[in-house]
Amino acid sequence: MATQVIMPKLSPTMEEGQLSRWLKKEGDKVSMGEPLAEIDTDKATMEMQALGNGVLRKILIKEGESAPLGQLIAIIAEPDEDISALEQGSAAQAPVPSNKSTEAKPEPAAAAAISSPSPVPAAGEVNGSSDSQARQSANAEPRGGAAGNGSQSGTADATSSGRLIVSPLAARMAAEAGVDLRSLSGTGPGGRIVKRDIEAALSQTKTAGAATPMQVPQHHLRAVESSSSPQTAGPSTYHDEPASEIRRTIARRLVTSLGPIPHFFLTTEIEMDRAAEMRRGINELDPDLRISINDIVIKVAAAALIAHPQVNSSFQDKSVRYYERADIGVAVAIEDGLITPVVRSADGKSLSEIAREVRELAERARHRKLRPEEYTGATFSISNLGMFGIDEFTAVINPPEGAILAVGSMSLRPVVRDGEIVVRQMMRVTMSCDHRVIDGATGAKFLQTLKKILENPLYLVV
Amino acid sequence: MAVITMREALNQALREEMLRDQNVFLMGEEVAEYQGAYKVTKGLLEALGPKRVIDTPITELGFAGLGVGAAMVGLRPIIEFMTFNFSILATDQIINSAAKMLYMSGGQFKIPIVFRGPGGSAFQVSSQHSQAMESWFAYFPGLKVVMPSTPADAKGLLKTSIRDDDPVIFIEQERMYGNKGDVPEDPEFTIPLGLADVKREGTDATIVARSLMVPVALKAAEQLEKQGISCEVIDPRTIRPLDIDTIVESVKKTNRVVVAEESHPFCGVAAEISMEIMERAFDYLDAPVKRVSGVDVPMPYAKNLEALAIPDVDQLVAAVREVSYI
Amino acid sequence: MQCAHFCGCRAPVLHVLTNVAYNQRPKTQQQTVSSALVHTALKRQESNRRPVRKQMSKQTAPSEMSTGPGEKSRTGVIDQNPLKAVSQQLKTVKQEQKHRVDDVDEKTLIELYRQMLLVRRFEEKAAEAYSMGKIGGFCHLYIGQEAVAIGAISAIRTDDYVLTSYREHGHAIAKGISPDAVMAELFGKSGGCSHGKGGSMHMFDRNLNFLGGHAIVGGQIPLATGVAFASKYKGTDQVTLCFFGEAAVNQGAFHESLNMAQLWKLPCIYICENNQYGMGTSLDRAMSFQNIAEKACAYEIASEFVDGMDVLAVREATAQAVERARKDHLPTLLEVRTYRFMGHSMSDPGSYRTRAEIEKHQERDPVKLFFSTLKEKGIIDDAALAEVEKSVREEVEHALRFAEESPSPGPEELYTDVYSNPIVPGNRAPNK
Repeated sequence: MATQVIMPKLSPTMEEGQLSRWLKKEGDKVSMGEPLAEIDTDKATMEMQALGNGVLRKILIKEGESAPLGQLIAIIAEPDEDISALEQGSAAQAPVPSNKSTEAKPEPAAAAAISSPSPVPAAGEVNGSSDSQARQSANAEPRGGAAGNGSQSGTADATSSGRLIVSPLAARMAAEAGVDLRSLSGTGPGGRIVKRDIEAALSQTKTAGAATPMQVPQHHLRAVESSSSPQTAGPSTYHDEPASEIRRTIARRLVTSLGPIPHFFLTTEIEMDRAAEMRRGINELDPDLRISINDIVIKVAAAALIAHPQVNSSFQDKSVRYYERADIGVAVAIEDGLITPVVRSADGKSLSEIAREVRELAERARHRKLRPEEYTGATFSISNLGMFGIDEFTAVINPPEGAILAVGSMSLRPVVRDGEIVVRQMMRVTMSCDHRVIDGATGAKFLQTLKKILENPLYLVV
Repeated sequence: MAVITMREALNQALREEMLRDQNVFLMGEEVAEYQGAYKVTKGLLEALGPKRVIDTPITELGFAGLGVGAAMVGLRPIIEFMTFNFSILATDQIINSAAKMLYMSGGQFKIPIVFRGPGGSAFQVSSQHSQAMESWFAYFPGLKVVMPSTPADAKGLLKTSIRDDDPVIFIEQERMYGNKGDVPEDPEFTIPLGLADVKREGTDATIVARSLMVPVALKAAEQLEKQGISCEVIDPRTIRPLDIDTIVESVKKTNRVVVAEESHPFCGVAAEISMEIMERAFDYLDAPVKRVSGVDVPMPYAKNLEALAIPDVDQLVAAVREVSYI
Repeated sequence: MQCAHFCGCRAPVLHVLTNVAYNQRPKTQQQTVSSALVHTALKRQESNRRPVRKQMSKQTAPSEMSTGPGEKSRTGVIDQNPLKAVSQQLKTVKQEQKHRVDDVDEKTLIELYRQMLLVRRFEEKAAEAYSMGKIGGFCHLYIGQEAVAIGAISAIRTDDYVLTSYREHGHAIAKGISPDAVMAELFGKSGGCSHGKGGSMHMFDRNLNFLGGHAIVGGQIPLATGVAFASKYKGTDQVTLCFFGEAAVNQGAFHESLNMAQLWKLPCIYICENNQYGMGTSLDRAMSFQNIAEKACAYEIASEFVDGMDVLAVREATAQAVERARKDHLPTLLEVRTYRFMGHSMSDPGSYRTRAEIEKHQERDPVKLFFSTLKEKGIIDDAALAEVEKSVREEVEHALRFAEESPSPGPEELYTDVYSNPIVPGNRAPNK
């Protein structure tokens, strides 16, 4: 029985071997375990041992030649045995391992294509060539300097490289709320946009529609001062400050409000003596309650909204949504902007509950501790600038709400009652209405109800 | 419930489990006549006899391997390392034999064994006697790694470990043996492996801490509460299998996380926990995960240097404030 | 009767059986091997006067070590005149074997021969399959050492335990694992004795108390000690055979285990298969004091030097050790001198020893020796041999077919058997 000598696997990683030396020549007697040849593998030069007894009848590869694993390289057989079939077979033989290794190699052409230099643009270059100069200058700026400028320059850096630095959570919150991250300025390390920046942006959005002139920006004040200074000749001196992100958001949101929403305004004057009397009475009962006039306005507005569901509504493109609860957004001024925490179900809450809740929400709003669900989703808003001495003003609707009530200061004014001039505590309110859901008469009836209850707060308990 | 030390809790667990199952034996250096180098095995020789409580020569590789061999044929050894520093000598048997026997035998040989002893930093014993080994063992599939932080956890987890059919590395913190706490007296009181414990609930930031770092984290949380930051403190208790779900749930709530450990930072357990948080809760992170680890140097002897090498309350407080952008 | 080493130890002395291979021992010992003492006397002074050449590296070996034209012996175990030494040894083995044959029944003798031939043919087939790429990784063949596993394991009960190293195909077959399951394991198939997860180096069979091939040199020695500990703890009379190569003797695990085994009187039989090479490093390049059996003195363990080319010698030595272990829970160290005819593994370049050296040892081929003894004693003839040969070849061919046809493990098997009690983290239910 002939023994086919194949290129053996001599190491775990070997794929082909080079025959470095035959230790037997054709015609030599060989026995099992006797060294037959030396094979160079990927690891070492090793002796290949015979796995059969007989005579080395035929050597099929020369010294120095290589063969893939499994290829027939010699035949051991009895001296008189016919091995012609085996010899012929070896020519046609395509051992499996060798096929495998051939397949593993890429076609020469393909290999060339892969290795040929095909310049892939660096990540920044995909923006196109137009801003390449700007980018170059940005790149030329030493990084150390940029880092030293704190978060503002961090943002500028981020913007100039076209990359926003944003925390994963902030990115998700922004995506869910539809906030454009590029309009934000991060307050985290290196200008990273973090959760609180999104929260601030969202609160800004809400209150931006609710009240317009909140605080006079500092540089305006300075402009006024400078205009009154002796240097009045020629054009005014000025300085530019980058608009803060919250300011930019307010700007953008106001435009989206006044632009697409057809506003109209209704103003009425309300006699507040009884309401003020009631407030005094309640606070005398328990000084801790600290009910404000604004709390009473919230409560009464909520009652009026339940009575006039057309006002407690929202235009939804193809439908009008009427809310069943009166969730009142209350504009609260905070540093660098405003936010409208929501008093849920104000219609169902007592004055003391409303007072306590508004105080608590405002306090947390000032510390930026509100959760998103606490400043979104109001059905109606109230903005009160009475404490700033504003007699009356108009507010911008906070979409998608249908209306906002702008409350001015309460002051003693002469009014005519029963043909006589008397002095009363008067307060003017102006309601801005979205004409798509509220018509003039609808709005007017709501204000009538509001006025009636505020002037006779006993209605609250009947 | 009784207030006892962690040392006593461990002793109860050993005694109860050895009374419960005749196949459990305890072997190690000074466990019997000396009553335990740290007194954890005090009284066990008297109670259970020299056949069950066996003093060994100082031959960690040998008796660790002996334990694994005995476990192959049905015994349930508890192998005590006088400290886990010495387990380094035995790692061939722990890793190449205990961890892999079941797998490479195609499921034929389970290894119900507990390797236990004190680990982590000790008091002024310098580099070779003061180190945390858990990341070594937790790396290998086939091993379970447990690190209790309270007397009750120590008892409940050790009992479960002894009853478990797989090799368990049970690392007791040397500095915590004297810590006291309420421990149930019910002999059937056990705590499942692979279950994290929320040691304190909070809303603003999560601290993941194990072993020695748990009391440190709780103190830090107290301080932070006064500063208006509410911290959740999670003790995974079992390093492998790791109850990552409990950690991730907390991170989804707080959006910020600090992982505390006394071990070296490089390739450590905190690195793994941080990675898993990144993989599972990326979109909930408002700040990068922060690690507070022991420093990356061998443990020094000098008292002042040693104190600097181990994380303290102030470092944890600062880390939580950092991830809270305060 | 106490140790005759004059080393002062109190190790019990076994009856001598077997040291026909004493010519292989260093000369100083040859001079003192005179009687039926297992611990051939070693005087420390003599030990210190061992010939300098033993210490020399191959580069500095003097020409007197030459074993043939242009060749140099590097092992130090072949005598200056190897032909003479081997023929002398041959004669002795045959004489000894003939003597021992009388104590064993014919059926057992033929079965021993059949097993040795089976392992030989199995390993030859494994080599062939490896060279065809059907077996992966490492493959350490047992050719030349068959007498050790088969002789030793024939001396124990089926409920006794066996642990061994990574050169364990022969031990697995000797312990009763079918060649089918061993070959399928080599092929990485689900029909393998470790379901394809262990491979050549990790054969296991729980039902046959075959506790594994272990692939860290010396790693199985503490394990076997623990298995013996468990037998004593549980009060059974099972004994444990622990096989390892001579290179493992340099590991701490060996010394730690022997110390514990004698300290606690554990029924473990440590069988050192001294094939004279730790991979490519010969014994004299790796061990300062090469009489392994005598290292047992340090632990007062009984020990014996055994000719590993004589299957009956190994069987007899093991049987005595088993008796001590079973009755008295006492350990034994056997140093069994043998030789591997093939490379360390299939990827061994063989550059560290000469062909002449291998051929000299092949003259003492344990299979051939045993056959000629059996033939001389009229227990087996050429016709019977042919029959055994035929049945063995059929068995090996069957194993090959079984291995080829056995399915690969399913991909789900990747994740099984990591834990006996897998735990889903976060599960509040008590663990099993």
